[in-house]
Amino acid sequence: MNQAILLSSSDQNLDFMVHGLTKFKLFGQTIYITTTHVCVFIVFMVLLIFSIVAHVKLKKAEDVPTGFQNVVEFIVELLNSMVVGSMGRWAPKFVNYISTIFIFILFSNISGLLGLRPPTADYGTTFALGIMTFILIHYNQFKHQSGKQIWTDMCSPLPPWLPIWFPINLISEIAVPISLSLRLFANILSGTVMMALVYGLLTAVAKVWPAALHVYFDLFSGAIQTYVFCMLTMTYIAQACESEE
Amino acid sequence: MNINGSDLIKACSAIGAGLAVIAGIGPGVGQGIAAGHGASAVGRNPGASGKIMSTMLLGQAVAETTGLYGLLVAMLLLFVQPLS
Repeated sequence: MNQAILLSSSDQNLDFMVHGLTKFKLFGQTIYITTTHVCVFIVFMVLLIFSIVAHVKLKKAEDVPTGFQNVVEFIVELLNSMVVGSMGRWAPKFVNYISTIFIFILFSNISGLLGLRPPTADYGTTFALGIMTFILIHYNQFKHQSGKQIWTDMCSPLPPWLPIWFPINLISEIAVPISLSLRLFANILSGTVMMALVYGLLTAVAKVWPAALHVYFDLFSGAIQTYVFCMLTMTYIAQACESEE
Repeated sequence: MNINGSDLIKACSAIGAGLAVIAGIGPGVGQGIAAGHGASAVGRNPGASGKIMSTMLLGQAVAETTGLYGLLVAMLLLFVQPLS
C-alpha cells in the first residue's frame, strides 16, 4: 500500500481505499465489516425512511397531488416510462426490480457528495448486481424459450449439429455480468480516486473548485452509469424473454 | 544510488500503469464518432432528439468499457502491486 509513488508531498488526505472497521470469525474465515457495509446501510436506511414516509403519505392521497405526493408520482412516472420505453410488453413484470436497482445505484453513486465512499466503488457491490442480472437473464431465457432454440442460439453462426462455436458463445454469455459490473465499478472508482487526488494535491489553498469536479464525477457520471446499467439490464432481459415462434 | 529488486519492480509498475492508460485513446475516438453522428442525426431530425440522446449515451458508455479496463489495470499496478 505504497501511495508515496504517486504523491510524495501530502499523505494526510489521500484516502480512497476500502477500510475494514471490525472483523469476526465465521466457520474459520475472517470476515471484515468494511466501510462499504456502513455506506450501503446508510443508503438503505435513507431509502427505507423515504419509502415509509411515501407509503404513509400515499395512504391518504388526493386527486390533485400537492407537495410530497407530487414528487413521488413524478419519480414513479419517470421510472415507469423508462422501463416501458425499452421493454415494451414485458415491462409490468420487471418495473419493480428495475426501479429498485435504479434508485439504489443512483443513491449509492451520489453518496460521494456527502463525504461517504460510494458503495458502488467496491467490486463486491457491483458484482452482486451483475450476478442478479445474469440470473434474471437465464431464468427468463429458460422460461420463455425452448431448449432446442437455446441450443440453436448458442451455436449461432453455424448449424446446430456442428457446435464448434459453442465455447465462444458460452464465454460471451459469461462476460455479460463481468463487463456490466466492471463498467459501473471502474467509473465510480475513477471518480473517487480523482477526487481523492485533487483533495490531496491542494492542501488549504483552494477548497472551492473541487465542487465543479464533484458535479461531474458524482452527479453526472453517476447518473449516466446508473442509466446505462439499468438500460443494459432491461435490454438483455427483454432479449431473453422474446421467443421466436 | 542503490536500487534493489523491489524498487525496480515499483518503478516498472509505474511505467506499466502509464502505458496501460494509453487504452484511453480508443474510447476517445469512438465516443467522438458517436457524438458526431448523434449531432448530425439531431440536425436531420430534431424531433427525435430525446431518443437519439439516450441511444448515443448508451453507445458511448459501452464504448467506454475498454478504456476503463486499461484504467483498472493501471490502478491494480499502482495500488495493489501484484508483482512485488
